[in-house]
Amino acid sequence: MPQLDFLISAATPFNLLLAVAGVVAGTVIGALPGLTATMAVAVLVPFTFGMPPASGLIALGAIYTGAIYGGAYSAILLNTPGTPSAIATTFEGYPMAKRGDGDLAITLACIASVVGGLVGALFLLLLAPPLAAVALRFGPVEYFWLAIFGLTLIASLSEGSLLKGALGGCLGVILSTIGTAEVGGDIRYTGDFKSLLGGIEVVPALIGLYCVPVLIDMVATADPHLRLKEKLAGYRLGEALRLAWGSKWNVARSSLIGTVVGILPGAGGSIASLVSYAEARRSSPRSANFGHGEPDGLIASESANNATVGGGLIPTLVLGIPGTPPDAVILGALMVQGVRSGPALFSVQSQIVYTFIYGLFIATILMLPIGLLIGRHAFRSLIAIPKAILVPAVAFLTVIGAYAVQNSENDVLQMVLLGIAGWGLSRFGFSASPIVLGLILGPIAEAGFVQGTLIGGAKGSVLAEFFTRPISVAIICLIVLSLFYPLVLQRKRLPAMRRQSGPAQ
Amino acid sequence: MNRSTKLFFAAAAAVALAGQAAAAYPEKTVNYIIAFGPGGESDVSARLQEPFFRKLTNQTVAIQYKAGAGGAATWSQLNGMPADGYTIVGTNLPHLILQPLEKDVGYKTDDIDTVYWFHYTPDAIIVPVASPLKTLKDLVEAAKKSPGTITFSGSGTNSANHLAQRRFDKMAGIKTTYVPFKGTGASNTALLGSQVTGSWGYTTVRMMLGEQVRCLAVAMESRHPKIPDCPTFKELGYDLVGGAYRGIAVPKSTPRQIKQQVSDLIGKINKTPEFVAKMEAAGFAMLDIDLARTAEFMARKKSEYEALAKEMGIVRK
Repeated sequence: MPQLDFLISAATPFNLLLAVAGVVAGTVIGALPGLTATMAVAVLVPFTFGMPPASGLIALGAIYTGAIYGGAYSAILLNTPGTPSAIATTFEGYPMAKRGDGDLAITLACIASVVGGLVGALFLLLLAPPLAAVALRFGPVEYFWLAIFGLTLIASLSEGSLLKGALGGCLGVILSTIGTAEVGGDIRYTGDFKSLLGGIEVVPALIGLYCVPVLIDMVATADPHLRLKEKLAGYRLGEALRLAWGSKWNVARSSLIGTVVGILPGAGGSIASLVSYAEARRSSPRSANFGHGEPDGLIASESANNATVGGGLIPTLVLGIPGTPPDAVILGALMVQGVRSGPALFSVQSQIVYTFIYGLFIATILMLPIGLLIGRHAFRSLIAIPKAILVPAVAFLTVIGAYAVQNSENDVLQMVLLGIAGWGLSRFGFSASPIVLGLILGPIAEAGFVQGTLIGGAKGSVLAEFFTRPISVAIICLIVLSLFYPLVLQRKRLPAMRRQSGPAQ
Repeated sequence: MNRSTKLFFAAAAAVALAGQAAAAYPEKTVNYIIAFGPGGESDVSARLQEPFFRKLTNQTVAIQYKAGAGGAATWSQLNGMPADGYTIVGTNLPHLILQPLEKDVGYKTDDIDTVYWFHYTPDAIIVPVASPLKTLKDLVEAAKKSPGTITFSGSGTNSANHLAQRRFDKMAGIKTTYVPFKGTGASNTALLGSQVTGSWGYTTVRMMLGEQVRCLAVAMESRHPKIPDCPTFKELGYDLVGGAYRGIAVPKSTPRQIKQQVSDLIGKINKTPEFVAKMEAAGFAMLDIDLARTAEFMARKKSEYEALAKEMGIVRK
């Protein structure tokens, strides 16, 4: 049985060692704000060139999956997504940590990440070629509608005023248009600052908008950064497992969403985790608790973003098209190694591919003990460090992180300015997430719109291009549903509430 | 400080620098800055150079990425970097010529001193393997029958791909629609999904996507050794040769001798058969424009691209 042979070759001591080292390195890099999974993979690529292709790939896959998980640490403990994939993790993770459940949140994130990662890898193993074909059905128009659908999530992501959420989203979209347009080449809103020609980078903006307000609040209040319930209770593994099992459908749905979003080139872990979070919130029996440290939201985000690892590798290996940004680096590494991706890879070089996929499974499973161990240390040290040291240390990290994205001083300046602006806006009830969502989705919507218009124009009808393609129609229906579902829900609830309150009057 | 002491110090500095340069180059790690993110053609070719650099010099290169503004973020800072040969920067054409024409990007074309152009990715027309267009002739005929309906995906606006589309449209007397995408990956996705008729890409695209696509023509002098079934535009009667060129630059103030040493080293790597084999397998086409010939090469490319840019209306007023 060849599959067993592949599994055995994936489990050689050398490959196991690489998997462990990769997960550890990835987790640590991912935990540092600004050092993304893409960077983790890129930095470590040269080390894999001396290795056999399958081993090199296992190391890269392990780093990648570790980094996506590691992003949860700073999301939970500092309210700062360590990687863009962990944006939605902050929503529930940080409130959990604030009220003293940081250890539980980290353990839950670990379990959710492992399950999500395994689901994504399973799809990669079993269904890669047919799923890659699905990804190709998505053209520019579909990406346009998908981005619009993403923007409707603002409704479920905004705390408090929907109007403020919508305004924040608009602000994000406007910010995303600054600089040289990728499609069209126009220069917009740069105010003649050369530093704005490259536009606003997502990662420095993330660090600024999420982390700087936390730092300012840490300095402004005398309370300890994170509370502790009582004594350190250890991993709280049993409790976390019970919670995860209790929302197993949430885990399954989120992992599925993560896999699918990962397969679509151009979307990534950030969008996957945001969509899963919104879906979890919509369908959870405890949706009222969302935003106040509801584990369901954390589980959704973390299982989805790790599922994008396996999902994103599907178009990468089958088609030679990177599914997510780190996959672009992995694809480059494959080229240097002389491994040709493409449909033939699964037949001609099946030894490499399947060894790699089983290696990814092993690395993902190894993430459980490794993640728990590292997580516990991260949590304990963060609690033990006095604020007087923590604040400057984290502030230092934000500068390094913003700089490291493109080795650019400009990005640091943007991070600080956006951070201060974000802090100011939060005082007026504008939260960071709609702004970030606009910043991420704006360019996708714009590119899709322009490309769709060009292609539609060439075919003869722009309207037909946008409104008659089957997948587009399906997404439009989702948008309508997403916009009006809250109203429907309200209408259903109103009579129920009246009935409840009726007899009391 | 009076004039003569200034001169003296300048001379002393020059002697010191020359002395330093006369020693074996390189004596320590060389920083190699890529003006784009990891995973692209610039990165892959640098990664392919890396092991040969080490083998030939016993020193290492530290590859760093400084992306932003289509490369301008790096190039606008190039001349402020240490001019000692230990910081080298990847450069690209047509970017270096087109960007300053379009807008103020903080550098001018003549500010950038490329000491060696070491390869290019030739332009190529690629269609999905299932496409009814089997040859370039089919394509031209289809475009003539219904102008504007043929769509091409490509990476970026006013990029090498875009330029190639404009040039060929003019040569063949056809009108096609260019649809810009963010990077080669996105352009390839649209190509494989048949969202567009075809793609203005590079030979590397054909190598990366393999048998899923068909190459109708390449903009090379003679056929690419790894894609022998794809004819050149020249064979088919169109005088189209070009693509995206990649080189290595050092700050302008670098002493001539050090420039020569960098140029020699890149040239030595370029002549290693094993390196050439790897580059060609990835779809790159080799180029050997060394320091002595870069000025002439740039002058030629400049007049070529400037004329095109004027026609396309992208020159800043």
